[in-house]
Amino acid sequence: MSYPLHAHLARRERAEGGLDAELRLRLPSDVGVVEEAVELVARHLEAAFVDRRTIRFNLRVALAEAIGNAILYGNTEDEAKGVAVRVLFGRNVVEMEVTDEGCGFDYRYLPDPTLPANRMRPYGRGLFLIRQLVDEVRFNDAGNSICMILRRA
Amino acid sequence: MAFSVKKHAGGVVVIEVDGQLIVGNRQELKQRVLDALEAGDRKFLIDFTRTGYIDSSGLGVLVSLSKKIRDEGGDLRLAGLNEDLKTLFELTKLDTLFAITDSAQEALSAF
Repeated sequence: MSYPLHAHLARRERAEGGLDAELRLRLPSDVGVVEEAVELVARHLEAAFVDRRTIRFNLRVALAEAIGNAILYGNTEDEAKGVAVRVLFGRNVVEMEVTDEGCGFDYRYLPDPTLPANRMRPYGRGLFLIRQLVDEVRFNDAGNSICMILRRA
Repeated sequence: MAFSVKKHAGGVVVIEVDGQLIVGNRQELKQRVLDALEAGDRKFLIDFTRTGYIDSSGLGVLVSLSKKIRDEGGDLRLAGLNEDLKTLFELTKLDTLFAITDSAQEALSAF
């Protein structure tokens, strides 16, 4: 199924920390939209952020990961639920917040996928990869919203 | 994003991943390999020369296909990973699990 995706872009007055623009998207719980949503965000950031390689790879993988997790595990692909993506950005910093409508999860206790005993598992690498690819990861208390931060001088 | 599947001399099934290998298309790749396995093919090469990025679902499918192919007595090789993609395999230590070569040609001659 294909959905028209629309991003809402706004300039931020009195922006803190160089985050002077904001992009918002609302996505259906369909894994088929992940690539298009990631491209939409990346295209906006490529012109604004200082490091294109970070946008080309780190940002794309981390955002695809977070949106995929939100759709699959957060919303369990429930069509009645959506995923909110909010990206604050400037020349040197990007904050990407992905929020689902699920009950959240305990992000503090996840097995290390690189241990020999876990390496053959086909799952369990998503959050690990996000942590490796961005500079900072935060969750809300409920565990249904992740904020990923990239900084480059 | 698309997959092209071709059978080379020596019976190697070569799958080129054009675009991304992510949550939205991983099942298609899995099904195409499983169909070939079911049809009797045992040698598989996945070529990432034209791939942008892979997410953890894509990596997961490669892990599960690798196990399935090995269980059937077959062989799976990966080729054409750029520096960014290699980093993904190294970070997750999946570089220790797969036979990875720089080019598809190298992989084909290694079967």
